[in-house]
Amino acid sequence: MRRYIAQRLLTSIPVIIIVGIITFSLLYIAPGDPAAIIGGDEATPEQLEEIRHQLGFDKPYHVQLGRWGSRMIHGDLGTSIFSKREITMLIRPRIQPTVSLGIQIIIVSSLLGVSLGMLAAWKAGAKLDRALMVFAVIGFATPGFWLAFLLIWGFAVNLNWFPVIGYAPVDISSLGAFGRTLPSHLHSMFLPVLVNSVLASAFISRITRSAMLEVLREDYVRTARAKGLSEIRVFLRHAFRPAAIPIVTVIGGSLAGLATGLVVTERIFAIPGLGRMLVEAIARRDYPIIQGLLMLASTTFITINLAVDILYAYVDPRVRYGG
Amino acid sequence: MSTTTRNAPLYMAPTFQERVQRAYRGTVHVLRREPTVLIGAVILLIMASMAIFGTFITRTDYTRVDPINRLIGPGVQHWFGTDTAGRDVFDRTIAGARLSLMIGFAVTLITTMIGTVVALIVGYSRLLDNVVMRFVDGLLAFPSILLALALIALMPNSGIRNVIIALSVTGTAGKIRLVRGAVLTLRETAYVDAARGMGARVPRILMVHIAPNTLNLIIVQATFTLASTILAEASLSFLGAGTPEYIPSWGNIVATGQGYVQVAFWISFFPGLFLTATVLAVVLIGDALRDYLDPKLRGRLERSTQ
Repeated sequence: MRRYIAQRLLTSIPVIIIVGIITFSLLYIAPGDPAAIIGGDEATPEQLEEIRHQLGFDKPYHVQLGRWGSRMIHGDLGTSIFSKREITMLIRPRIQPTVSLGIQIIIVSSLLGVSLGMLAAWKAGAKLDRALMVFAVIGFATPGFWLAFLLIWGFAVNLNWFPVIGYAPVDISSLGAFGRTLPSHLHSMFLPVLVNSVLASAFISRITRSAMLEVLREDYVRTARAKGLSEIRVFLRHAFRPAAIPIVTVIGGSLAGLATGLVVTERIFAIPGLGRMLVEAIARRDYPIIQGLLMLASTTFITINLAVDILYAYVDPRVRYGG
Repeated sequence: MSTTTRNAPLYMAPTFQERVQRAYRGTVHVLRREPTVLIGAVILLIMASMAIFGTFITRTDYTRVDPINRLIGPGVQHWFGTDTAGRDVFDRTIAGARLSLMIGFAVTLITTMIGTVVALIVGYSRLLDNVVMRFVDGLLAFPSILLALALIALMPNSGIRNVIIALSVTGTAGKIRLVRGAVLTLRETAYVDAARGMGARVPRILMVHIAPNTLNLIIVQATFTLASTILAEASLSFLGAGTPEYIPSWGNIVATGQGYVQVAFWISFFPGLFLTATVLAVVLIGDALRDYLDPKLRGRLERSTQ
């Protein structure tokens, strides 16, 4: 097991390095003189030269890459061009909304998707199964921003159940404060979570259904049935547990797809998270922020996938010993 | 069956007539098995004809601003109502269809062609494989929308070309990985060994024995690329980073209507509906194609729905 973890860790390091090289190079080749952006319009050529020298823009590519890389490793994401503040400081208040949204979406969509998928597998071939699979296809085709629009129109405007937009933060400084702020937080997050969970669960239910059908054909399932176990018991104990492994892998692998949902919903519902920060940075062409967020997002997803793989190996010995 | 193939020459290319017959039979077969594909085909056909003949259906210029008639609801005069500047939403939606399909097909074509060629080459050269695949793995480690956003941000000006480039870069990486996987499997097959044993050179093996066998996979994958590209373009435009505002795109029309959800739902409703219907149509066709072209999966589906 330890060997597998070490091996898996070693293979993800080069990926992170390549990700870093790509991120750096993208903006290295980007048109426009960063010194001119930082210096502003009034900067004289001498001042620009000074800025270039100070920030190392006059150094060759590999030197700049090396410096940038070592800054990244030390957790220094650089300084925003627009606000002149450190990016790590700018990111800090943005983490909570995005992480909270992400976690809620993962929980709700997994519960919803797995139960719908199991239901479809249970009734395989019947009307309910077909209806659920129609839902899965429609869910794949529906753009998140349009579903969000429909839900805002229906629930927030016509029924007035939820705020149209706005974000109520949750206070995690103490347990009491957490308890007090949680209801309003969940209320403000209801529609954003719903939009993404409905769409993500469409995909998860499809995966769950096919994984369940695969397992239900196994001999031991037939044995369990022959033993006279109730269908529910066969489903939950004998079929779901082995089926859960591929389901978890697929959910883990599809988390990167969550990024689209986060960026789009944060914009629609005016949630002050990282996705919104990125969109704002892009509108202002604040390259260091874009670079920093790209690195942050990709390393986060690489780490999550790594964790899922290790978890997978922990649960399923075949992965550990197989090639 | 087996006796005839044994006596037949090793390989006989189907004549043109046979190809047409096969395609026809295949189409009929798919339609009979999967009636949903008909729904998909009809929707896509409507969208495509609107995109192509749009200028004949629309009654106004979609850029024409008419402030007196702003925010008028759907009716006889303006089927889908008018937006905040009095522009006809129906006309803009149709213009959006043109843009969506154009970008969708362009990106699908580019990614499929480049992806397949690169995959065929790297699948057969261990050295290139190591270099290219590390790079591809790096590209795939980014959430694709974020990479596309960053690419768009660093390109000068704004425009449709940037959207196509950004989505092509992010799409090609996945395509390379997918087709390369198939190439690696195929090169281990007995018939490739046989061809190599008979002295066939690498280009011939690639073109005659491997490339044709990846075709089914590529076709099916292309439909999903088309669907996801249309969605991605809409998302980028919705975020204000894709198609510039002066060109109507389903994404940016929905974005303009978003702030008017209380007074004018129609601005966002109709373009979003068209977008969803188009993607749905492409996905339905792709699903049916996959079931038809991938017999292994087809068998599984049959068993599962007993």
